[in-house]
Amino acid sequence: MNLLRALLMRREAGIAVMIILFCLAVGLYKPQFLTLNSLRIILLLVPLIMIGAMGQMLVITARHVDLSIGSIMAVAAMASGMMFRFAPEIWWPLGFALSVGTGAVLGLFNGLLVTLFRLPAIIVTLGTLNLYRGLTFIMSDARQIDRQYVPSALKAMSQTSPIFGIPWIIFMMFGVALLTYWFAMHSRMGRQIYALGSNPVAAPLRGIDVTRVTLVVFAISGALAGLAGIMYASRWGFVNPSNTGNGFEFQVIAAVIIGGVSINGGSGTVLGTVLGVLLLGCVAAALPLLGIPGAAQNSIYGAVILVALLIDRLVRRQGLKAMVGARA
Amino acid sequence: MTVQPLLSARGIGKQFAGVEVLRDVDLDLMPGEIHALLGENGAGKSTFAKIVAGVHRPTRGSLTLNGKPVDVASPIVAQRLGITLIHQEPISFPDLSVAENLVLGRHDGAALSRVPWAAMTRDARALMDQLGVTIDVTRPMRGLSIADQQMVEIARALASDSRLIIMDEPTAPLTPKEVATLFTIARRLRDEGRTIVFISHRLEEVRALCDRVTIFRDGNKVATDTIAKLTDTDIIRLMIGRQVNEYAAKQAHALGDVALAVTGLTSPGLFRDISFTVRKGEIVGLGGLVGAGRTDVARALFGIAPAASGSIAVNGRAVTIRDPAQAIRLGLAFVPEDRAQAGIFRTLPVDHNITTAVPGRIAPRGWISRMLERALANDQIAKLRIRLAALRQPIGELSGGNQQKAILARWLLTDPQVLILDEPTRGIDLGVKAEFYEMIGALAADGRAILLISSELPELLALCDRVLVMAEGRLTADLARGQATQETIMQAAVPRAARAGAAA
Repeated sequence: MNLLRALLMRREAGIAVMIILFCLAVGLYKPQFLTLNSLRIILLLVPLIMIGAMGQMLVITARHVDLSIGSIMAVAAMASGMMFRFAPEIWWPLGFALSVGTGAVLGLFNGLLVTLFRLPAIIVTLGTLNLYRGLTFIMSDARQIDRQYVPSALKAMSQTSPIFGIPWIIFMMFGVALLTYWFAMHSRMGRQIYALGSNPVAAPLRGIDVTRVTLVVFAISGALAGLAGIMYASRWGFVNPSNTGNGFEFQVIAAVIIGGVSINGGSGTVLGTVLGVLLLGCVAAALPLLGIPGAAQNSIYGAVILVALLIDRLVRRQGLKAMVGARA
Repeated sequence: MTVQPLLSARGIGKQFAGVEVLRDVDLDLMPGEIHALLGENGAGKSTFAKIVAGVHRPTRGSLTLNGKPVDVASPIVAQRLGITLIHQEPISFPDLSVAENLVLGRHDGAALSRVPWAAMTRDARALMDQLGVTIDVTRPMRGLSIADQQMVEIARALASDSRLIIMDEPTAPLTPKEVATLFTIARRLRDEGRTIVFISHRLEEVRALCDRVTIFRDGNKVATDTIAKLTDTDIIRLMIGRQVNEYAAKQAHALGDVALAVTGLTSPGLFRDISFTVRKGEIVGLGGLVGAGRTDVARALFGIAPAASGSIAVNGRAVTIRDPAQAIRLGLAFVPEDRAQAGIFRTLPVDHNITTAVPGRIAPRGWISRMLERALANDQIAKLRIRLAALRQPIGELSGGNQQKAILARWLLTDPQVLILDEPTRGIDLGVKAEFYEMIGALAADGRAILLISSELPELLALCDRVLVMAEGRLTADLARGQATQETIMQAAVPRAARAGAAA
């Protein structure tokens, strides 16, 4: 009973309830939504967002934001795609190393701008969002990497499964989430990220190397965006300089915010972020089923974020009232 | 053989932007004593504490810890040396658990080394038990009472085995019961041989808790003695015993009708039952220590944070003031204490800053006339002798005194009948101060009612027709010009349990 209450008190409970209510509501109207097959569809929609969201969660927890991840994803995917086109015989897993490395370097560049010049991350990454997107065009001569250049073993990761018919990329996304969980909750650096976001003024007074933590956070966000880039190539089988990663940052930040990560830094959980991503996935899977045209999807996404934030605010205000009442 | 001091300060001096705030302080802190630092606001006691704790670097002088010279370069160094400063409202990480707050910054370790949650929680529980407080160490800091946050800070000092724990006005936000708990723990720590430095304004607390006391005045250490040897009167005399600076005393002139009358103004937790009047042409001073509630009264009068009960009358007419716009319409003006935060628009030019409260006068037909704006601003700049490079200069580039003049100019343009000045001369150099005093006198002679909040006793004495004194949210004295002296004001300003009891 106590355990149940403790679970319900957690912020994640609210998101879980939202997911269940949403699925039941859709299921009432379209029963086929409540099948294993649609779970498969949902899970296949979200791996890239999930991986991007893990990095973004850390960045937002440190009281920054990374708007450039969509462009980083594109540069990283394009780098690997060009490598595959140039050297078709190359050992394909090298693409992972190249994309993740490229992403980490670009993320580090963001971090350097933020720390060296004390610029707000929202401005820096808005700039690099465009800078990196332009880089994609320059390096590729605005040419798409077509299907035949993407190694079939890489593409197979999104289709073939080691077990239970669940494709590799779904295992990968949960693997990244678990690693992020360990890093955030059980490593010293992870806890320093939370401390920095919780009180940036006090952090240096307690011996936290703010520059280092900030650089690490942006590098991780970039590296994970790079990982999402190579997985994009796997999932869709092509890399396009203008489409790949376009609007990615919006979906990722939406998922993170829905997942209860405070934009004011200091609080955010991997579980909440995972649930936020899944809620977004449910909405994305339900829209076509409900016959909502693709053109309206962005509006629906936006509305979902606002509703989620509103519910969260109402819940928290109630919680606050309860607390104040208890003290008086 | 004598006991070696835990910490010896020799010749400590500190300047901030060329202003000397601490001069040549020698002080020995002994192991196993509770040592009080007393002094008026700005006397230098907090600056001294911050130098010892590594928050500020001294401009001059040296510190010796256990006989060895030390350079306390930062709060982290201080912590490693076993010196902890506990702020009145502790700095913490609200999203992290109590246990994490205790150890953060203490352990060095590789970035990816594991956080030992179980051991950390166990150690934190042990510390809380040692202090005899019941705080769940797994809960986040956010939402803990100030008293509990202070306990966590004390626990943190113990966790790093601090030998010197400095508490900067720890009791101000606490309830009497919490104060009693704090004192019990402070005594226990002393009996373990640790040194406690206790900064407070409350004499009865200092008397109850401390062994020795050091008194600061105007950046100098004026006395160190065992508390038993000093009477309250001695202490107050030592705190204020400076020469009264000779300012041009206010010209006497006839007073008019009552311009502002306040009756029973109360705002729970801030101030209670405040009643006074200010007549036209009168300068009424409002003295007291920082935190006595003076600024809160001013903010209530100006409608920034309206009082819960009580009445206000302006020119004999009862009014309710719900927001500053209404206060301005009624002829009130308020020059706030913290001009950086509440007074100036830092990046805007001087002329905008001056004319901002009178949009109607620079934009008679709805759009702003640059010519009118410039003329109006120039007029005020000449009148108040504001020194600046150009009218279009961002006001942030002006010196503090000239910024303050510009704010005064802004409010004079509204032709206020009641002018509330909150610490108008803080951080202003002496020459400009004298100009300010002249101006304030001239404004009163012009028939305006002035309420002057000031922590500087000479200022109150030189300027005011009457001095009101507040302590802990209540008016404790209403002194006519003849009665007001540094002693009478301080006697009323220092909170004492006896008086609080008598007034209740």
